[in-house]
Amino acid sequence: MTKSELIQRLAERNPQLLRSDVERIVNTVFDEVSNALARGGRVELRGFGAFSIKQRDARQGRNPRTGESVKVGQKFVPFFKTGKQLRDRLNGLEGTED
Amino acid sequence: MTIQTLTRAQLAEAIFTEIGFPRSDSARLVDELLEEMSATLVEGEAVRLSSFGSFHLRDKNERIGRNPKTGEEVPIKSRRVLVFRASHILKDKINRSLLGLKKKSSA
Repeated sequence: MTKSELIQRLAERNPQLLRSDVERIVNTVFDEVSNALARGGRVELRGFGAFSIKQRDARQGRNPRTGESVKVGQKFVPFFKTGKQLRDRLNGLEGTED
Repeated sequence: MTIQTLTRAQLAEAIFTEIGFPRSDSARLVDELLEEMSATLVEGEAVRLSSFGSFHLRDKNERIGRNPKTGEEVPIKSRRVLVFRASHILKDKINRSLLGLKKKSSA
């Protein structure tokens, strides 16, 4: 499923809304999540999962093609942990509602 | 300074303030959005959100695990796990923001 398919499905569930409004709503949601992570914050969506930031320290890396040693600076990577309810559903278990 | 955690309620609030959509409808839209994504993933289909990232499913085989406290061997059943891959746009945005902030405070 792509973002436009997601927008399409939400528009079908909400015929009272303009597709362009559904598109703005979907973009707002992912922009808010991105902005929260860019501030170094956490995002917890109960039942779905949680996004957080992990810090990777600077290290001495190696170019796998040339074998040459290169400096890799400190960096931050986004991390997602699947929520219990979704994890259970993915494995065919009903899971608790909360 | 503690950074507040973003929740479903705050996403609904953002839709209300950014778009002027009623609060109760905003909350329902957030729930519906997450449910559409979840249902797609439960069906075994990946979700790709341009400029944000993608969610993929991975099937893990059964393996023998160990209780780290007791050392006891426990079988870990085969299972399906969800993997999130952030887009380059999102990774760049986070690093520009957080490395930039750090440089300012440590300088």
